[in-house]
Amino acid sequence: MQKKKWIFLALVLVIPGLMFSVSCQKKLVDASPEPVAKEEPKEEVVVKEEAPAVYKAPSVIMQEDIYFEFDKATLTPAAQDNLLRKAEWLRENSDTTVTIEGHCDARGTNEYNLALGDRRAESAKAFLVDLGISSSRLTTISYGEERPVCNQQYEECWTKNRRDNFIVN
Amino acid sequence: MNVRWLRCVVLFIAANLLIGAVVCFAQSDKDQYEYIDISNPFLRKIPLAVPLFKMFKNKNGTGEEKRLSVSSADLLAASLEFTGYFKLIDRGAFLFDPQKDGVLTPQINFANWTVIGAELLITGLFKEAGDNITMELRLFDTFKARRIVGKKYTGKKADQRRMIHRFCSEVIKYLTGKPGVFGSKIAFVSTGSGNKEIYSCAFDGYNPKQVTRNHSISLFPAWSSDRRYLAYTSYKKGKPDLFIKNLAEVQETTIANKGLNITPAWVPGKFELAATLSFSGDQEIYLLTGSGKIIKRLTNIRGIDVSPTWSPDGKKFAFVSNRAGSPQVYVQDLASGKVRRLTYEGNYNTQPNWSPQGDKIAYASVVDGRRNIIVMGFDGRGLLQLTHESGDNEAPAWSPDGSLIAFSSNREGPFRIYVMTAFGTDQRRLLAVTGEQTNPKWSMNDFNN
Repeated sequence: MQKKKWIFLALVLVIPGLMFSVSCQKKLVDASPEPVAKEEPKEEVVVKEEAPAVYKAPSVIMQEDIYFEFDKATLTPAAQDNLLRKAEWLRENSDTTVTIEGHCDARGTNEYNLALGDRRAESAKAFLVDLGISSSRLTTISYGEERPVCNQQYEECWTKNRRDNFIVN
Repeated sequence: MNVRWLRCVVLFIAANLLIGAVVCFAQSDKDQYEYIDISNPFLRKIPLAVPLFKMFKNKNGTGEEKRLSVSSADLLAASLEFTGYFKLIDRGAFLFDPQKDGVLTPQINFANWTVIGAELLITGLFKEAGDNITMELRLFDTFKARRIVGKKYTGKKADQRRMIHRFCSEVIKYLTGKPGVFGSKIAFVSTGSGNKEIYSCAFDGYNPKQVTRNHSISLFPAWSSDRRYLAYTSYKKGKPDLFIKNLAEVQETTIANKGLNITPAWVPGKFELAATLSFSGDQEIYLLTGSGKIIKRLTNIRGIDVSPTWSPDGKKFAFVSNRAGSPQVYVQDLASGKVRRLTYEGNYNTQPNWSPQGDKIAYASVVDGRRNIIVMGFDGRGLLQLTHESGDNEAPAWSPDGSLIAFSSNREGPFRIYVMTAFGTDQRRLLAVTGEQTNPKWSMNDFNN
């Protein structure tokens, strides 16, 4: 019963959300599996190393970053899909809190990028709150371009740096 | 009456004890500023000769005295060359031994200088006495065979730089009407210690010093007009907060609203600053007191508003906003709140810095995927790109007299601080220290601290 209510709520909130997103729905289906599939093998390795984790399977989803387009803080269809799965895990683990870190690539300038990272973290938070996650469980922080995961200067690297990172506390 | 006189005398002596001009030779006020073309002062550099100083009473000088005398003449030449106004004539090109001439107008054969093209000549007399050094410095117009500035300085050996730079100020003030940059400092961010910390150095890169030891990310240094305070952003308490450091004391004020507390900019001449805060959920610019209390919210529109920079009268500020979809420079009137967009070329224009003369705004623009520095009029007209095909160039910061711009560039690999003239000429590295250097900010000109 409770679960049904959640699914209903998710449908009511998410579908209009998707409609407001940058691209059409068709693109959503095309785009979503790619980055997620790419990320998963790498993340699993990390999880294996931290074997005794209590939320082993679901925490994989929390370790996945979501990615943004250059100078944008709007959630891509892939990011929204990923956040849906994060919301699911957060509902199942209702005693956890999460810090959402917003990051940028180094192509811009660091003042503006700190503000952009703030917006990136806030847009993920707002999406999760829309899915019923209590805002008191979600804090945000922007690092702008100060903490890149990749230090080279080419597109693949910039793409990896334009991200939200989720830290389960 | 007597007491007042006494007070005057005491003040006079005290002023002289601190170093400074003891003797001012008579000088003509006529023909001021005829030497440097204000519209583009760097178009034609004035040929200047700075021969080694002579010793008082024509003696040869001890080893230490000789060394100090040479380093003083070299520093004088280098400091004036730093302005970009002069072409220093190599001492090897002198056609005679200047040590044989005197330092006063009648003792100088000006034809020896005009024949090698020197239009200006600076002579020096030098003396060491115990801990003190004395210098008599004179600037001559060689074609008019006339002295135009003459000063005598006495002070401690440790004040050598200050004495030389006071004379440089006199020279530049005579030639341009403004005292120049010789009493200014540059603050910047460096990763030299392993973390981004705030540093500062003299205008010419001399004596870089670490100002913060936060062992965290520290960014965006901003000098107050009186140079007593340095505002900056640091993550030392776990998130981007603002700190206002009293440079004379250890004391620091923290401004830690929820979310961002970034990009401080002091209101000229006031203990107030603008900064971007995001506690409302939106990144907006606020006016704060120097102790961190919010006076009022300055911007109020959905989207990013960041990087305020004040007009010198404190009545307007330029800033970056993405309200039209991409980051662009806007200007807002403080009293009326009226906003005008200034930049239309390109889709990434950030880091505005308003010149202390008020007429120009420098900013960093992404041109063909690289960041470059552009200067425009305060009305958004007359764009002039100053950096070309030399890596990324960002964070322009005007010198207090508006003649130079410090900026950060990765043209030689790591990001370092560079300086160029306001017209983009004479681009050179300011200093060589370990790590990467970014976010330079130039202080006001002041010899007193």
